[in-house]
Amino acid sequence: MLIAVLSGFILALSLPLTGKIFKGKLSVLLSALPIILFAYFISFMPEVGEGRELRYFYEWVPSAGINLSFHLDGLSLLFTLLITGIGSLVFLYTSAYLKGHEYLDRFYGYLSMFMGSMLGLVLSDNIICMFIFWELTSISSFFLIGFNNENEESRKSSLLALSITGFGGLFLLAGMITLGYAGGSFSFTELLASSALIKSHELYGLILFCLFMAAFTKSAQFPFHFWLPGAMAAPTPVSTYLHSATMVKAGIYLLARFTPVLGNHPWWNNTLIIIGCITMLYAAIHALFRIDMKGILAYSTISALGMLVFLIGLGTDDALLAASVFIIVHALYKATLFLVTGIVDHETNTRNITRLSGLNKVMLPVGITSIVAACVSAGIPPTFGFLGKDLIYEATLHMGDWSPWLTGAAVMTNILLVLAGFLAGVKPFVGQLPAEFKGNVHMPYTLLWLPPMILAALGLIFGLFPVLLEHSLLYPVVTSLINSTPDFHLQLWHGLNLILLLSTITIGSGIALYYILKPSEELLARATRFEGWSPKSIVLLLAGGFSKFSGVWTSLFQNGYLRYYLTTILGFLSVLVAYKLFQGVNIYIDIDSLSNITIYEAVTMFIMAVAIGFAVFSKSRLAAVASMGVVGYAICLIFLFYSAPDLAMTQFSIDTLTVILFVLVLYNLPKYLNLSDTRDKIRDGILALSFGALISIIALEVLNEPVNRETSEFYAEKAYTEAHGKNIVNVILVDFRGADTMVEITVLTIAALGVFSLLKLRLKNIEKE
Amino acid sequence: MKTIIFKTASTYLLPILLLFSVFILLRGHYLPGGGFVGGLIASIAYVLHSFANGLDRTKDVIKFHPGFLMPVGLSLSLLSGMAPLLHELPFMTGLWAHDPVPVLGNIGSALFFDIGVYLVVVGVVLTIIFTISESI
Repeated sequence: MLIAVLSGFILALSLPLTGKIFKGKLSVLLSALPIILFAYFISFMPEVGEGRELRYFYEWVPSAGINLSFHLDGLSLLFTLLITGIGSLVFLYTSAYLKGHEYLDRFYGYLSMFMGSMLGLVLSDNIICMFIFWELTSISSFFLIGFNNENEESRKSSLLALSITGFGGLFLLAGMITLGYAGGSFSFTELLASSALIKSHELYGLILFCLFMAAFTKSAQFPFHFWLPGAMAAPTPVSTYLHSATMVKAGIYLLARFTPVLGNHPWWNNTLIIIGCITMLYAAIHALFRIDMKGILAYSTISALGMLVFLIGLGTDDALLAASVFIIVHALYKATLFLVTGIVDHETNTRNITRLSGLNKVMLPVGITSIVAACVSAGIPPTFGFLGKDLIYEATLHMGDWSPWLTGAAVMTNILLVLAGFLAGVKPFVGQLPAEFKGNVHMPYTLLWLPPMILAALGLIFGLFPVLLEHSLLYPVVTSLINSTPDFHLQLWHGLNLILLLSTITIGSGIALYYILKPSEELLARATRFEGWSPKSIVLLLAGGFSKFSGVWTSLFQNGYLRYYLTTILGFLSVLVAYKLFQGVNIYIDIDSLSNITIYEAVTMFIMAVAIGFAVFSKSRLAAVASMGVVGYAICLIFLFYSAPDLAMTQFSIDTLTVILFVLVLYNLPKYLNLSDTRDKIRDGILALSFGALISIIALEVLNEPVNRETSEFYAEKAYTEAHGKNIVNVILVDFRGADTMVEITVLTIAALGVFSLLKLRLKNIEKE
Repeated sequence: MKTIIFKTASTYLLPILLLFSVFILLRGHYLPGGGFVGGLIASIAYVLHSFANGLDRTKDVIKFHPGFLMPVGLSLSLLSGMAPLLHELPFMTGLWAHDPVPVLGNIGSALFFDIGVYLVVVGVVLTIIFTISESI
């Protein structure tokens, strides 16, 4: 099992090395991995169908409670089959779709990395691992959306998608940690057992909030939906795989997975119903105004995801069954439609539905596939979509007082989805073939049209024989969702009842609308006018503001002028120290205990004072630097008087070198210019004086503290006995704290390299000119 | 600054100052001194020479780019710190020869560590100062 999850990553990592082999015709061989995995997971179907859960455990970081534990129950199995099944078809499709592409190997690498992370996500039992795989899906999606990285639109969209899903990922981490804290374990199985405890926990609200944020950003729920249409900038196989069939369903998976733990609580149900409702209606209405096939499909995907959230929010057994069936239905028809869109785009170089028509005349198999998928999407009997729609209405009709409203919203959405499906799936293929496509548009490669056809056929087969899925897959799925044995029976014909009436209304009005409403550029333009109010614009506005603010903030403090850095540092320290001192100064100077001032000290102090005055008021740079050197030497003398010869020696050499450096640099500067006016000088003077005064006060206060001699005594004692040295300072440097010195000389080297490379590079540039 | 007196003096001062810097380096373990100060004195000696005779002459005297001293010194310090690992002692444990050597006194890994510091300091200071004076 571990190998199954990690194989995607292994393949992704090995592709940069072996990529050349698979770039050409052999790329189709890479599809073997998802196909093998699909077969592997299919082999679990009988066992899981009997209601058993399979567990695998690999230790990873046991001390933090993080382990690679996998469990395979109905829900996980459903998702693994979707991931590997649709993955296989997408892998096959890609080998023809991106035939001869320069970076085909890279594309496969990203795809298999995504597949691995997605499998990890749906199989993880440990919720921290779940988070890690969740983030990996976001990252691989970022790479895939930005695959055409020379296109600015792609780069923008991928960044937007990463920021939104990554933002949600942070909430997921917070939510998982809180959940682990509240439930006392990071293992999902154990959390399941303490469901009642978590629901009454005071942090329940916070957990829900974090989890919802994560699921809504990932599954493109209002108001975070806007990254998904942008993500359509990715190559079509990616849109098929990630942004309709699998990755965007990760949020749905998360909600479904935690239904038995956190669900059945008013907060959970109401939030999901409201957000789901808004999303499905908002996105379905939006889909009508699009003329790009991918745009229509993107919005109808968002709408379908809204429908799923809504169904999970309803939370009844009926609703959860409807959700499970709808996940399969949606994956089947939406992936087909996306793949067909890819074919159309590939052959005609346009996805604009106002320009496309009559393609049936040149690519009939594709047309049939597409029309079948549109029928599945519309829920026309006897397709699997019809069953899905029935189950949704059945769920909404049993919701008590609110059922008319809920059913109304569901019917409304479904009507619009029928229309969207027909616009993208039927319209390009019927009617007259435009003259521009005659002759140059032909049948695509078999590998392009076969995968969507398989999916469309499955949509039809499952509709005719729902019994194929009922026991093997749907029973275990619903079992893992409701935590008890389900009781249902799927069939196409329920007899004449309200549900059948609603279905008829849905299909009828959808098709009627299809004939009335003609998509056009004007409609799109009319919808774009409201763009300024959309959540996307608001988020972009916030992001722009944030980047501006950080720009101002950075240039305020990182302005590149040494004088302002010094002002900032000294000013900040002064204020901080002054505030602390203000709370209580404790200075007590015992005059008697001080030693008498000798003549040497007095003279040294005098020299220092004169030199400082000279440095401040001198009109020549060199003189100022030299007098600063004098101050330094005077300090050396003081060190010497108070028996610190080592320090004095070092200070002496450093001062010499500093003066030399200054002289070197200043020598070529123009004569002294008075750049600062009197006000600046006074300001700087005040700052310097106050900082100096504060430091003196601190130094005096330190004298009052009882001296802790433990450290120095230790060094004095051990210096000779253990380190064979008599000069304690040096012994500390090379022995006791040798590691410090080691790092310090490394830092010195880095500084020298920095100076060298900066100046040499500049020199080279000047020489070039 | 290229007076004859200064020029003549610097030719004699260079070897004397270098010797002095080594002396400071070696006595560091018992008396004031050490690798850091020694390195600074050595670099001052070269800087002085370059002031009197010009940078190019000094470079000829050194024969290689002073920057090479940095990796050499760093490796020496690191190796002297890692030497105890061979004896299965922790990193940076001081190792000492049993018998004192004439003139130098006790020899231990700390001495080599200090020589490494000395080399790094010379390399760093000369690299910085030479680069800056070349760029003006």
